[in-house]
Amino acid sequence: MKPIATTRSATGIPTGRLAVWWLIASEIVIFGGLLASYVMHRIGHAEFGDYAAHTNTWAGAFNTLVLLTSSLSAVLAHEAAEKGQGPRAARMLLFTILGGAVFLIVKSFEWTAEIRAGYTLATNMFWSFYYTAAGLHALHVIAGMVAMAFVARDAFSNRELQRVELVGNYWHFVDIVWIFLFPLLYIAK
Amino acid sequence: MTGRYPTAASSYAGDIDGLILFIAALVFFWGILVEVVFFGFIFKFREKKGRKAEYVTGEEKRQKRWITIPHALVFVCDILIIVAAVRVWVDVKQTLPTPDATVRVISQQWAWTFVHPGPDGALDTADDITTVDELHLEVGKTYHYELESKDVVHSLSIPAFRLKQDAVPGRTIRGWFRPIREGTYDLQCAEICGIGHGLMPAIVKVESAAQHARWMDEAGRSALAAAPRPRAR
Amino acid sequence: MAQPANQEAPGSGTRQSETLAPPAGHGEHEGFFKKYLFSTDHKAIAKQYLFTGMFMGLIGAFMAYTFRFQLAFPGSHVPGFGVVSPNEYNALVTNHGSIMVFWVAMPVLIAAFGNYLIPLMLGCDDMAFPRLNRLSYQVFFLSVVVLLISLFVPGGGFGGAWTAYPPLSSKAEYSLTPLGSTLWLVAVALEFVAFLIGGINFVTTTMNSRAPGMKLYDIPIVVWMIVIASLVFMASVGPLVAGAVMLLFDQLFGTAFYDPARGGDPLLWQHLFWFFGHPEVYVVLLPACGIVAEVITVFSRKKLFGYKTVLYTAIATGIVSFFVWAHHQFVAGIDPRMANVFTATTVIISLPVAEMVFVLVATLYGGSIKLTTPMLWALAFIAEFIIGGVTGLFLGASGSDIYLHDTYFVLAHFHYTFVPIAIIAVFAGLTYWFPKMFGRHMNETLGKIHFWGTIIPFNSIFIPLFLLGLAGQHRRIYSYEGFPELARPELQQLRIIATVSLIVMLCFQLVFLFNFVRSMFRGRIAERNPWKANTLEWVAASPPPHGNFETMPTVYRGPYEYSVPNRDEDYWPQNQPA
Ligand code: HEA
Ligand code: HEA
Ligand code: CUA
Ligand SMILES: [Cu+2]
Repeated sequence: MKPIATTRSATGIPTGRLAVWWLIASEIVIFGGLLASYVMHRIGHAEFGDYAAHTNTWAGAFNTLVLLTSSLSAVLAHEAAEKGQGPRAARMLLFTILGGAVFLIVKSFEWTAEIRAGYTLATNMFWSFYYTAAGLHALHVIAGMVAMAFVARDAFSNRELQRVELVGNYWHFVDIVWIFLFPLLYIAK
Repeated sequence: MTGRYPTAASSYAGDIDGLILFIAALVFFWGILVEVVFFGFIFKFREKKGRKAEYVTGEEKRQKRWITIPHALVFVCDILIIVAAVRVWVDVKQTLPTPDATVRVISQQWAWTFVHPGPDGALDTADDITTVDELHLEVGKTYHYELESKDVVHSLSIPAFRLKQDAVPGRTIRGWFRPIREGTYDLQCAEICGIGHGLMPAIVKVESAAQHARWMDEAGRSALAAAPRPRAR
Repeated sequence: MAQPANQEAPGSGTRQSETLAPPAGHGEHEGFFKKYLFSTDHKAIAKQYLFTGMFMGLIGAFMAYTFRFQLAFPGSHVPGFGVVSPNEYNALVTNHGSIMVFWVAMPVLIAAFGNYLIPLMLGCDDMAFPRLNRLSYQVFFLSVVVLLISLFVPGGGFGGAWTAYPPLSSKAEYSLTPLGSTLWLVAVALEFVAFLIGGINFVTTTMNSRAPGMKLYDIPIVVWMIVIASLVFMASVGPLVAGAVMLLFDQLFGTAFYDPARGGDPLLWQHLFWFFGHPEVYVVLLPACGIVAEVITVFSRKKLFGYKTVLYTAIATGIVSFFVWAHHQFVAGIDPRMANVFTATTVIISLPVAEMVFVLVATLYGGSIKLTTPMLWALAFIAEFIIGGVTGLFLGASGSDIYLHDTYFVLAHFHYTFVPIAIIAVFAGLTYWFPKMFGRHMNETLGKIHFWGTIIPFNSIFIPLFLLGLAGQHRRIYSYEGFPELARPELQQLRIIATVSLIVMLCFQLVFLFNFVRSMFRGRIAERNPWKANTLEWVAASPPPHGNFETMPTVYRGPYEYSVPNRDEDYWPQNQPA
């Protein structure tokens, strides 16, 4: 029972895709504000480099790889959806969700180790930014996983296949945010 | 302007007043012009039996002129305002003339502490005179101020000097003023700083050289008795 | 709420179905709750936003009354409130400002008018994402609840001004309102989320769901304005959302983002706040200009003077508004050289805004002006906003802002902009679309009484405040008795004039409320197109049923073809074939 408004497409772009792009645009400015604030502080405080040395670059790099792989399977899911292969698309999405889960698990180990070592949210500015930015990103990972679970459920029975592309786009965005976070928080030592 | 307007008691107060008047002249001219045309149209083109409204698109050059020409003139006024504003600003905030003395102003919830240099003219020496909610200045002298805050953002405002500067915790902000008229003036906190924000009045006493010397003498003696230690830096 | 009995339109079931559209079965047998509380109908959501906004408006007005009474008669017992203590005063001012901007201006101008008008004016049956739309209102409603709770928690409501500068706002030991600050911040953040969701919906709907034949330049200006405003909001609020998270962490988890003692920077928040805060004022200005443009064209029977000019100036205003934020911080401790840049951009922004004013005035030229109540409001908007606008220049000029910053001059400046926007233009819109919303007319005589009873006191409230500002009176001070220069009787007199005028103005709002509620049930029945206007909402029944149109309209021309030569009628609806 979609209203006519949803089905029209004066721009030629499907309404759903348009909405996801705007959603991503609005999120970009949120992360943009946070990262710009961080970069301003980073430039003013050379000692951030020493604090950053305590992050686990290998875990970060592994996670980058995991997210990139999961993005790939999101692309494959889209491809399958285009061909009308709902169940295959759903399986690919589940694989992407798995990637998200691995990412979160690695993160939680990382954070546990860091907190044990005494680096908590309130230790100093670097760690505050570290946990805030990565935490906000992790929330987006979770949101993406939940959304994908719903889409995958529909896709199994070949319903709403166009949504596979939409969650995929969102997932790529989450991925790209991480691509920015990783060098800023882990590598810039 | 009116009798309600505070006296101009600092060297740059007159410049700031002049800037306000200059903008007022430009802006009143435009404001009144626009309002007159506006009310004129409302009156002239009110509904009348049998007269149909004109069809004007406003897209043609000839019609658009009515907008573009005023627009260009407003632009000229804008430039004038910017130039005038920047000139005053650079003088008041961006340049620091060599001072005769420096006072330290420390704001906190909810009081002002003023550290005067004392007879030797230098801060952070034994003869510094510290007062609360009362700033003593000598007329005609150029002062630097070092503005600090111990807790939240406050703002040093002396309307008679046309001076305002926020105090930001963690920073020391430098500025200057030169009182030119003797008298007692209000000093207010202009940035909300909690429950006591309305209870942060202080006074500025601009004194003649003789008065100021007398005050310094008295205050110095009582201060020595109370022995306020100079602030460790 | 009110659903007048004169449902002249047949049920939406008869609607012709467009390509792909399933036959509409909704809207018929919904229960009360579904219809009014959990409806996905854009008109119902618009009304929810409207009534919530008006309710909040009354609270904000009551707060203004309370603290103005205290300023006029310091220490006295304020009827209906009691004695105002300093911390109560701060909380009242803070929440008055926050409520008026975030819970009155935004929901009414953007959400209520946007939701109501966009689908109708574009000729479609609903928003592109009706359920998202409902979610937006629900989040907004939650934010209202949180805000109202924050006023009554132990320690009292937040009192750090609507700008919430840290460290005052970030540390409970400074603000002494531990719970109030956090709940206030959460409420504001939720409100932002609601408007982000709503904005995405507005933008996609306008881009994609236009009626067949409606080209970009056929979209009514008010829709453009709301969409541009939503985009400006979306682009400016992001950094502040991040900033709000940081502030929340400072409050709750002891981080030091804004704590200078531990490496943080209080000025960071100021930049993030004003990077949003300044565009925000144009976010509310643009829809107000849009409403006024609609009303003025209809009641002067004129084509809008330079449709494209209006559109481009609106976009220009939106863009330039991102480069002026630091004019709120000239004396806040930023590098003084930066002030020169921001003075230039700030003064330059008067160009597009002046152009907008000129266009609205030029539209009157050659018209056949009918002074109905909505038209009076629209004209008053222009007359009053000019005063608010030009006084902004005194503040934009860095040199004079040294003196005027944080005085009542600033306050009077922005009330001369905000009140025309959030009160005057809103009344123009409400009285103009009332027949469409409720199927009945409001009473014209009462409308005019209310108009004059609002406009005259409005000026006599804020002109004295301009004078007080020039006299050096600072903002957010609960009593001036401690300041000899300000406690003088002639200044106190001005404060009393302002307060008495406010009370008079508020009394006249009762006329409006009476007229509004009575007309919903008893007003003269309105036809579909009582004002003989061109835009598509007047094609639908009054009030439009769920689904809006019996037949989905097709668009043949722009929205402002009034008094076209060689036609008998002086209007030419957008959906009428040539
Ligand atoms: C919707 C509300 C709104 C609008 C539209 C505006 C519009 C403008 N504002 Fe205002 N402003 C506020 C709301 C608004 N403001 C608020 C809420 C604050 C205080 C916040 C706080 O501290 O709590 C504030 C504060 C504020 C300050 C900071 C003051 C201070 O704290 O020290 C400044 C400084 O530059 C400023 C400038 C301007 C300018 C230049 C415009 C311009 O856009 C105006 C342009 C319009 C015109 C110029 C009129 C039309 C033109 C003509 C008739 C032609 C003639 C013109 C010329 C000759 C140039 N405003
Ligand atoms: C949209 C914004 C808006 C509006 C409309 C108003 C309206 C009013 N404001 Fe407010 N005000 C602010 C925004 C607004 N204000 C802000 C941002 C601040 C700064 C806060 C801070 O410093 O932190 C402020 C601060 C402020 C102060 C400063 C206090 C101080 O610094 O000590 C004062 C003092 O007089 C004041 C007075 C008034 C008055 C008398 C009105 C009157 O015009 C009110 C009259 C009210 C009505 C006429 C509404 C009636 C409502 C209905 C009838 C319901 C219908 C509703 C709709 C149609 C929407 N306001
Ligand atoms: Cu200190 Cu306000
Ligand atoms: Cu601004």
